[in-house]
Amino acid sequence: MPVPSTTPEPEERTGSPAAAVPERPIQLSAGDFSLHYGTQPALKSVSLGIPAYSVTAIIGPSGCGKSTLLRSFNRMNDLIPGVRTTGRLRFQNLDVLSPSTDVVELRRRVGMVFQRPNPFPKTIFENVAFGLRMLGLKNRGELEARVEESLRRAALWDEVRDRLERSALQLSGGQQQRLCIARCLAVEPEVILMDEPASALDPAATARIEELILDLKSRYTLVVVTHNMQQAARISDRTAFMLNGKLIEFDETARVFTSPTEKLTEDYITGRFG
Amino acid sequence: MTGAAWPAAVLPRPALAKTGKRDATGPLLSGLTGLAALLIALMVLVIMGNIVFFGWRAVTWEFLAASPREGMTEGGIFPAIFGTVALVVLMVVALIPFGVGAAIYLNEYARPDAWFTRAVRFSVANLAGVPSIVFGLFGLGFFIQFVGRGMDRALGLDVVWGQPSLMWAALTLALLNLPVVIVTAEEALRSVPREMREASMALGATRWQTIRSVLLPQAMPGILTGAILSVSRGAGEVAPIMFTGAAYFLPYLPTSPTDQFMELGYHIFVMSTQSPDVEATKPLLYGTVLALLLLTFLLNLTAILLRARMRARLAGRT
Repeated sequence: MPVPSTTPEPEERTGSPAAAVPERPIQLSAGDFSLHYGTQPALKSVSLGIPAYSVTAIIGPSGCGKSTLLRSFNRMNDLIPGVRTTGRLRFQNLDVLSPSTDVVELRRRVGMVFQRPNPFPKTIFENVAFGLRMLGLKNRGELEARVEESLRRAALWDEVRDRLERSALQLSGGQQQRLCIARCLAVEPEVILMDEPASALDPAATARIEELILDLKSRYTLVVVTHNMQQAARISDRTAFMLNGKLIEFDETARVFTSPTEKLTEDYITGRFG
Repeated sequence: MTGAAWPAAVLPRPALAKTGKRDATGPLLSGLTGLAALLIALMVLVIMGNIVFFGWRAVTWEFLAASPREGMTEGGIFPAIFGTVALVVLMVVALIPFGVGAAIYLNEYARPDAWFTRAVRFSVANLAGVPSIVFGLFGLGFFIQFVGRGMDRALGLDVVWGQPSLMWAALTLALLNLPVVIVTAEEALRSVPREMREASMALGATRWQTIRSVLLPQAMPGILTGAILSVSRGAGEVAPIMFTGAAYFLPYLPTSPTDQFMELGYHIFVMSTQSPDVEATKPLLYGTVLALLLLTFLLNLTAILLRARMRARLAGRT
């Protein structure tokens, strides 16, 4: 796999020793990427590279553009009228922003989990099978096998194995969110984007989601937006700090939280604003 | 914080005078509005009571199952019941796909500010304001004389399509009810949460797959509401069908969409205005009105039960 031309610039800026984190191929990268909602700038010249099989956290105060950046990687912002972009986004060697990019295929390979659990008002089984059915899979046996596998990977199988035909809306909030993760895993994505996946959940359910995220990174590349700095510190290998649409700092999580290079990062993580 | 305390102990409360005034107008207004509400209930009660009181004796098994006899002073109304049900079913079959299709276009594909979208919305709003007799004349002029005759000529037939029939009457009624269905279906599609669209798209569903597998199932109860409203209206409208297919009297039941038919609303109109002996038909007239009300109620009840079941399933209560 060719390494994208946009090698993670922040690496050089912060001068972190590359040996601390083993070299992994870059899965997602942004190069000089800017985004406007109408005339309102939301992202200003963001450049970063997200390595495979790791958890990358994006932190920053509300409105800093962290969700916008996340939703740019699978082109979910296409659904919002009046969005303009400049710069480059790459997924492996695919040009994400190119008009010729198959968005449906991109979204299958770069899955997404949202802030509020959003299961469909269908059965648990049909929720997980949804993406597979959209791909045209009809064979009942194969559907069942893949649904079970996905629910197992999302650590939900033991809780729902006896009630797959019940409505997904009968599950608790935390279970619903794990169901949404299972639904996303079913179509075999390579990257999973998570937009504050635990912010609507209680502490116990949050802990289970965090555990699951750590489990999943052996198979997937995860990018997690969070406003909870402790959470970022617990789950992520690398942390990006954003402010007012700009990427301020992007480095190994331990370094960002203990000895940030930028004054703004330090002010934010020590609670001086945000 | 004594400074912020209510100074009532020191100052007289100027609000008291106003409060007294409001107390006087309050009961008056609630009385007046209550009276209006009561009047409505009374009117419905009088109408229904009158129909049931004079009609229930006429509604016998024979009345529901037999054809009219002796210049409609005897016999029953079965052909009219049959015709009404056939008309309403055909209307819904034509109306729902067409109306929901238009709603999907307006809500999912159309750019809201495009001139075409605005023109369509403007047309829908105006269609809703057209008097029903105009629909009847339009059906006669467009469906029968233009489309029907045209089909006959093109196919080299005698007169098959170019005459009043069940099909043209159903299409005319469908046109009349189109605005209701488009508006309710659009409302139903709009009320599906954005999260559902995003969830579907993020899983790699195409736009059409999202519409078919996520939006339409969730909008179905709302679409049924539109169908219910159109059935209620369709079963009772006389003006749109009197030129396009309803018959004064037929000795046979319609067996094809090109046949004419008898219909309850039109039958009531005929009995009350065209009968040679209005006094003699009166009991049957009451019975027919009661039968029409019961039929409409029954059709609505079916749809309402279906909708309740769908809602329960969508809410996860099954």
